[in-house]
Amino acid sequence: MKKNGKLIATAAIVLVLLWSTTVFAISDAFKQNIYNPGLLKPTDSVLKVTVGEYAPGFSLPAVSGEKISLSQYRGKKNVVLSFVPAAWTPVCSDQWPGYNIVKDIFDRHDAILLGITVDNIPTLFAWTNQMGALWFPVLSDFWPHGAVAGRYGVLRSDGTSERALFVIDKKGIIRYIHVNDINKRPRLENLVKELKGLQE
Amino acid sequence: MNNEIRKIPITLATIAISLALLHCLAFGSNLPPVKGDVLPEINLLVPENATHRNYLGLKGGTFFKIPQIKAKVVIIEIFSMYCPHCQREAPEINRLYSIIEGSPDLKGKIKLVGIGAGNSPFEVQVFKEKYTVPFPLFSDEDFTLHKCFGEVRTPYFIGVKMNADGTHRIFYSKLGEFKGAEPFLELMLRLSGLQ
Repeated sequence: MKKNGKLIATAAIVLVLLWSTTVFAISDAFKQNIYNPGLLKPTDSVLKVTVGEYAPGFSLPAVSGEKISLSQYRGKKNVVLSFVPAAWTPVCSDQWPGYNIVKDIFDRHDAILLGITVDNIPTLFAWTNQMGALWFPVLSDFWPHGAVAGRYGVLRSDGTSERALFVIDKKGIIRYIHVNDINKRPRLENLVKELKGLQE
Repeated sequence: MNNEIRKIPITLATIAISLALLHCLAFGSNLPPVKGDVLPEINLLVPENATHRNYLGLKGGTFFKIPQIKAKVVIIEIFSMYCPHCQREAPEINRLYSIIEGSPDLKGKIKLVGIGAGNSPFEVQVFKEKYTVPFPLFSDEDFTLHKCFGEVRTPYFIGVKMNADGTHRIFYSKLGEFKGAEPFLELMLRLSGLQ
């Protein structure tokens, strides 16, 4: 057991020492159109909400042309808010397409996904078109700039948002908050575990 | 005791990743695979699934290297469950597998494997189930293998010809350009010299 622990520790050190660059698997769907900002500060904001309290309400324009309000899901659907930092950047461009093939998982847990960025609608339109037809609404928190991200405490000092997930139950209560390292994609299994937890 | 047993695959995976990373760094193979070259020295976990183990011709053990796969040609797809093109092409790649497996001339000679760049085992499984992928897919959770393969965009295809003397060489290395099962198969047969 001790030997095993040493082995893991050695392997972990090797990984940490050698794995100093950020690696992205950018889909060819975006061709050469992804701007790489390099390695960013993992998080750069202070949360203003906590698990167990009511989620701040909002109403934002969607790429589809509708206006989406958080309150419209009250009593009907669990809501997952997926804030991603910016359109046309690595990681963000490879996050929502993954969610796009797991609608069944969201359905199973009676949940809707709302994708949010601080980009404007035309930018979001062009960007999400490269992902194919998304089953979930994509909302623009562009003006007043990042107001919703700011209210949740995930607006970064450069005006982008964190890569953050909020799970809100049908009563409007925040059940899960995860602010991920902006340079990495959050693991899908962690979100699925939280969705499962809503029904327990 | 049970907890320790559960930790074994994680430990093994960590060791495999470390070894692969060391090798890639030592040999500076951070460029996409080049035609005529050999594959980077990477270890994959032998699948637990017996069907996949048999498909690859692996007898057992913990790790294997791609050239150990029993085949004349191995096609490697670097994919991601988060990649729209990989998602769109998945049914057609499944069809490629079916054509190969349904052909007495090709069955056993050409094998397919997928490496999920940055995908956890859970995410690879989601992709596998979503598209009913019949061939083995491997998780590359920390992008270790992806780095060895030069951090290519996805989907990326690598064709490897296995020689009778146990050596191998890459005969195809390209981003995307999967224009359907038949034309891709024809291309692989032609470039590998299998036909």
